[in-house]
Amino acid sequence: MAASTPSPADLSAALVLEPVASADWLVILPVAWCLAIGALLVMLRRQIDWHPYIAVLGLAGLVLIDVLLLRHVLASGPVTMVMGRWLPPFGIAFTVDLTGALFALTASVVALAGAIYSLADINDSGRRYGFYPFLMLLMAGVSGAFLTGDVFNLYVWFEVLLISSFGLIVLGSEREQIDGAVKYGFLNLVATTLFLITTGYLYASFGTLNMADIARKAEGLSGTAPLMTLTALFVLAFGMKAAAFPVNFWLPASYHTPRVVVSALFAGLLTKVGIYALIRITVMLLPLEREQLSFVIAVAGALTMLVGAFGALAQSDFRRMLGYLVVSGIGSILAGVAVGGPGGIGGAIFYALHSMLVMTALYFASGVAAKLGGSFSLASLAGLYRRHAGFAALTLMLCFAVSGLPPFSGFWPKVMLVKAALDIGAWWLAAALLVTGFLTTVVTGRFFLLAYWRDRADTTDTPHSVTISPAALLPLTALTMLVLAIGLYPELLLSTIQSAAAGLGEPSAYLNSVFPGGAP
Amino acid sequence: MTSVIFRAVAPFLTSLMVLFSIFVLLRGHNEPGGGFIGGLIAVSALAIYGIACGVETVRRAIYIHPMAISGAGLFAATIAGLISIAARVPFMTGLWIYPSVLGVEIPLSTVTLFDCGVYLVVVGAISSIALSLEERGGE
Repeated sequence: MAASTPSPADLSAALVLEPVASADWLVILPVAWCLAIGALLVMLRRQIDWHPYIAVLGLAGLVLIDVLLLRHVLASGPVTMVMGRWLPPFGIAFTVDLTGALFALTASVVALAGAIYSLADINDSGRRYGFYPFLMLLMAGVSGAFLTGDVFNLYVWFEVLLISSFGLIVLGSEREQIDGAVKYGFLNLVATTLFLITTGYLYASFGTLNMADIARKAEGLSGTAPLMTLTALFVLAFGMKAAAFPVNFWLPASYHTPRVVVSALFAGLLTKVGIYALIRITVMLLPLEREQLSFVIAVAGALTMLVGAFGALAQSDFRRMLGYLVVSGIGSILAGVAVGGPGGIGGAIFYALHSMLVMTALYFASGVAAKLGGSFSLASLAGLYRRHAGFAALTLMLCFAVSGLPPFSGFWPKVMLVKAALDIGAWWLAAALLVTGFLTTVVTGRFFLLAYWRDRADTTDTPHSVTISPAALLPLTALTMLVLAIGLYPELLLSTIQSAAAGLGEPSAYLNSVFPGGAP
Repeated sequence: MTSVIFRAVAPFLTSLMVLFSIFVLLRGHNEPGGGFIGGLIAVSALAIYGIACGVETVRRAIYIHPMAISGAGLFAATIAGLISIAARVPFMTGLWIYPSVLGVEIPLSTVTLFDCGVYLVVVGAISSIALSLEERGGE
C-alpha cells in the first residue's frame, strides 16, 4: 500500500529505477524456468506418462537459455539482476560472470543428457515416485548456486539441491539405497550446517553477504576480522561437499546405490557445485587467505587424487570404481585452486567442466554395460566388446578422457594444471597430477581389459539381445562426441575459460556490474 | 477417535480454523501473519479433522491431492515473480493494481499472489506428511 501515497524519500538510493533490459532476464530465467516446470510436474501427478517429455523439453529449453546467457555474458561482461529491485548490498543480487555461465551451461547439458537417458532407466514406479519433479527442482538448485551473487542465497540453493537429491537417491526405497542415502544425507547435512555457521560468522565480520561487497571489503578487513578462520571453515565445508580427502568417504559409499541415471547426475552436478562454491569464495572473495592456505589445499588435493586413484584400482564394481574416479578428479581441481593464478584457476575450471561431462557419460556407460553384461561386477562382466563394438569404442574414448590422454577433453586441463604447478615450483604437485594420470590409465585399462576384451566363460548365450535402447545410447554418444570435440578444438573454450579465470582473479568487472556507480 | 463430543465439534472447529488461516494469510502483508503461518493453521485444521473423522474423509473433502496443491502453490509463487517481466522491473518486484469492485477498492499485488503460493505449498506439503503419518498411526 506504500505505492498509493506519494513518498518524499529518495527512492533511487534504495531501488533500481531504470527499466530492466529483456536480456538481463536471462540471469534469473534458468532458476525460474526450472522451478515453474518442476511445479507443473508436481501438479500433473496423475499424468505420469507426460512427465518424461515435459522434463526433456524443459531441460532442452534450459540448455537454450544457458547458451543465450553465456552469449550475453561474453558480449557484455558480468550481468546483475537484483531481486525485487532492492539495491545491493541489502537486496539479493544474481550476478553471472563467465565462470557461472560456463558451469550453468555444462550442468544443463548434463541434466538434459540425464533426462534422455532416464527414458530407458526410470520405470513407471520411479515416475510415480516423482523422479522428474525432483530432477527439475535439482536443476533449479544447481542453476541458482551457479548464478547467485549472494552467500546466503548460495546456501539456500545448496539446500534446494540437497533436498531434491535426497528424493532422488532413495528412489526405489531398496535397503541398499536407504543405507547409501543415510551416509550421503548425514555427511551432507553436517557440511551444510558448517556452511551455514560460517556464513553467519561471515555476516558478523563483514555486515554484508553480497559477494561483490565482500570481495571489495576483504582487503581492508584483513587486519581486524578473522578471515583466516572463515576461509578455513569454508574450505572444510565445501571440501566435504566436493568429497575432498579426508572427508571423501561418503561418496564411494553412496554413489553406487541409486539408479544409474541418478548416480550419473550426482557425479556430474553435485560435487561440482561444491567445487564451484569453493572457487568462488576462496579465489574471488578471500584471495589473500587462499594464498596463505594454498599449501594445505595443495596437500589435500594431492592426497585426494591419489586416494581416488588407488581406491579405484582396488574396486571390483564398475560403479564403485567410478565413484573413486570422481573423487580423484576433485583432487585435480583442488590442485588448481591451490596453485592459483590464471593458469591454476583456469585449469581447475576446465577440469571441472570436463569432469562433469566425462563422469556423467561414464556412469551412463556403466548402466549400459550392466544391461549388456547383466552385472556391475568386474568378476562377471566380460566380452562386452563382442556384444557391441560401437559401445566398447565409446567407453574406450571416455576411459582415455578420464585418464587425461589426448585427444580428449581431459588432456588440456591436465596440461594447464601441470604447467601452472611447475611454474610456481610445486614439482611434487605436478608429480602427483602425473602419477594420478598414470594410475587412472592403469585403472581404466584394467577395467577395459576385464570387462570388454576378456572372453566370456560361457560362450553359449552370446547372440541373445545385443541391442541397446536408443534412449540410453543417444546421450552417451552425444556426451562422448562433446568430450572428443573439446579435445580436438579446445581453443574457443580455452580462451573463454582463461578470461573467466582472469575475471575471478581480478573481479573489477564483477564489482562494477553489482555497483555500477562505484561505492555506495 | 471414539469421542462423540470431539467428532461432533471437529467439523465446526476445522471450518473456523481454515477461515482463520485465510484471515492470517491476508493480514500478513503489513502485520504479523502471512502465507507460512496461515498454511500451518490450515494444516492443523485438516489434521484435527483427520484425527476425528479419519484420513479418507479428509482426502475426499479436499478433493485435490496435497502434493498437487503444493505444486500449484510453487507455480503461483514463480509466476508472481515472473509477472514483473512485463513491467520491465527486476524479478520479484511487487506490483499493485487497485480494481474497484462494487465501489470498494481492493488492492491486489504480486506480493499477495506469492504469499498465497507459499500458503498452498505449506498446506500441501505439511498436510501430505501429516495425513500419511495419521494413516500409519491408525493401522
